Amino acid sequence: MPHFTRRKFLQSTSVAAGASAAGPMIWVKDAHAQWNNTVEKGAKLRVLRWKRFVQGDEDTYLANVKKFTAKTGIEVRVDHESWEDVRPKAAVAANVGSGPDIILSTNDDANLYPEKLVDCTDLANYLGKKYGGWYPVCEQYLKPDGKKWIGIPFGAAGNALVYRESHMKAAGFDKFPGDTAGFLKLSQALKAKGTPPGFALGHATGDQSWAFWLVWAFGGKMVDNNNKVVIDSPETIKALEYGKELYASFVPGTLSWLDPNNNKAFLDGQISLTANGISIYYAAKNSTDPKIKELAADIQHANMPIGPAGVPTEMNLFFNQMIFKYSKYPKAAKEFIRFMMEEEQYGPWMQSAIGYVCHPLVAYEKNPIWTVDPKHTPYRNATKVMRPIGYAGKMGYASAGATADFIMLDMVAEAVSGQKSPKEAAERAQKRAERYYKV
Amino acid sequence: MSQGSGLSLLGRLNNSANALGFIFMLPAAAILLVFLTYPLGLGMWLGLTDTKIGRDGVFVGLENYKSLAEDSVFWLSVFNTVFYTAVASFFKFFLGLWLALLLNENIKFKSFMRAILLLPWIVPTTLSAIAFWWIYDSQFSIISWVLVKAGLIDKYINFLGDGWNARFSVIAANIWRGIPFVAISLLAGLQTISPSLYEAATIDGASPWQRFRHITYPLLTPIIAIVMTFSVLFTFTDFQLIYVITRGGPVNATHLMATLSFQRAIPGGQLAEGAAIAMAMVPFLIGAILISFFGLQRRAWQQGTKD
Repeated sequence: MPHFTRRKFLQSTSVAAGASAAGPMIWVKDAHAQWNNTVEKGAKLRVLRWKRFVQGDEDTYLANVKKFTAKTGIEVRVDHESWEDVRPKAAVAANVGSGPDIILSTNDDANLYPEKLVDCTDLANYLGKKYGGWYPVCEQYLKPDGKKWIGIPFGAAGNALVYRESHMKAAGFDKFPGDTAGFLKLSQALKAKGTPPGFALGHATGDQSWAFWLVWAFGGKMVDNNNKVVIDSPETIKALEYGKELYASFVPGTLSWLDPNNNKAFLDGQISLTANGISIYYAAKNSTDPKIKELAADIQHANMPIGPAGVPTEMNLFFNQMIFKYSKYPKAAKEFIRFMMEEEQYGPWMQSAIGYVCHPLVAYEKNPIWTVDPKHTPYRNATKVMRPIGYAGKMGYASAGATADFIMLDMVAEAVSGQKSPKEAAERAQKRAERYYKV
Repeated sequence: MSQGSGLSLLGRLNNSANALGFIFMLPAAAILLVFLTYPLGLGMWLGLTDTKIGRDGVFVGLENYKSLAEDSVFWLSVFNTVFYTAVASFFKFFLGLWLALLLNENIKFKSFMRAILLLPWIVPTTLSAIAFWWIYDSQFSIISWVLVKAGLIDKYINFLGDGWNARFSVIAANIWRGIPFVAISLLAGLQTISPSLYEAATIDGASPWQRFRHITYPLLTPIIAIVMTFSVLFTFTDFQLIYVITRGGPVNATHLMATLSFQRAIPGGQLAEGAAIAMAMVPFLIGAILISFFGLQRRAWQQGTKD
């Protein structure tokens, strides 16, 4: 039972190492020796990942892959698919028992077929201990039973507020408000100045996350921790009433917005405030159009404001790395993921994506990318503070189905646009969600 | 001995029209079986199970259909689909017929015009859908921009943000795309009508309307039946336009059964429910086919008897 003893050994040594650690970098080298993994002979790997949102991500990721092949001799083929197409592909692979060895996917995908995935507990423990531990949301997604890791977290795409500093100042605000009350005032002031905010209310798969923030900020939630649907609650109604006031300040047409709309409108100067990843700033900074480049200087970021719930209630796009049991080379796959997650690879990769993907490991918050440009800083805590998509229940088919059906977003859209009263919208959402969360 | 009997068997086969016919039919039957019957049967079966993506299901009878019957979004999608199909098919038929009649006249650059007419049909649907998505954009719409610049309206039209606007916008896109098919097919039908009939009618003093009503229309009916059956089927099962332009939004106002089926089956993982929604489309499609066959095609005069 070499496997067992190695793990035991690992645990005992890293506890000792952790106790003596002053900073992560000191004991990194010590723990490094503890990872023993003999990869299969002649291993070859196929990796399927979501297509980059920012170019730097893909470039450095592939450079790291090359490095891995040079070091280990393991050939790795990487395929890219639009992030929304990875989910069905991964599910089919799990179903038929063949496909890529490793799939990088999103949100609660791993929770749909946990029994088809290689147990990654040893790797997760190794990385966690080496790099200061995983953020809580990682365990909520990938350690569903509290014991076994069904995948390795890859990070999360932070969703923060992107705004124009000059417009905020013109609207009479020196500092971006951190609470929902101030946020509403700012939005109204921006609208009065003719530089309104805009948040997607169409069936935007990625940009719907602000709807979750809104409901959670007021204490509403889709389900409680027993997976009982509780969306029709006074807290939800309060959130929707607030949303109604907020919506009144939006640029017209947001009900039709899909994922790209807010980026387009922001870069065109038609809106001065929206919720997005750092990709708008990235696009502006790297634009060849001098006008848009100028805009980059005026772009600022802020975290989603805190509501009556009293804590951050962000919903960010979570990324996982899954190894499938059908893989002939699970050890090589683990070796690959370990390699990609190590500081030497992950650090530079974070930097070239200017923090589009926020790290899942605590030690990486020291990465200079978060401070080299103060505009990056709001994205630093994306993984740390975020809630999982099926909050506050368990992840699985019900959470995946309810999210894909846009129940939360439709409720917010219906209520804030006045098509239904907040109460009616919440009742409808309750009914729709109960179809998924039925026992 | 055995060789001899084999030859004679082959020889007999060769002489039997029935056996030969059966053999020649086999490849086609196999194709139908593998690519049509099997997927359809699988879809029907899936609709009766609780299969999820990544997990096999068990037979649950009509559970999915019962659950759908209580789902307001499903009924909304049924309404949207019927409305979308009815309005779009109506306009596609009349505009298509009108275009076909125009192109059947002796006009200048006839072949050039006919080629141009086909363009919307040739452009890949997804590309034309993306073009429409920009045309209807709430911030960058060319239509709104022109109208605002011309001083006719003072703010951008909310094409896709309002339920009814969105429905009519996607219907317009569908009509634009579907007209060429109807027009070209009807034009082909028009050209099979013998000019001597029109000559005779003209000599008898028939007006243009009478010529249309008593010659063109009756002789074109079989073509109309086929063309409109296809057109209705295509429209009813439309997916790409909606998926690119609205994804079924705002608040499901443009969700068709096909898009809802996809949304629930693939991103949502509820494969069985998606299959059930797809199966729920079948009765409508069969209905459309029956109407066209019995209503339009089986006119008594086509069978050689009196009307």
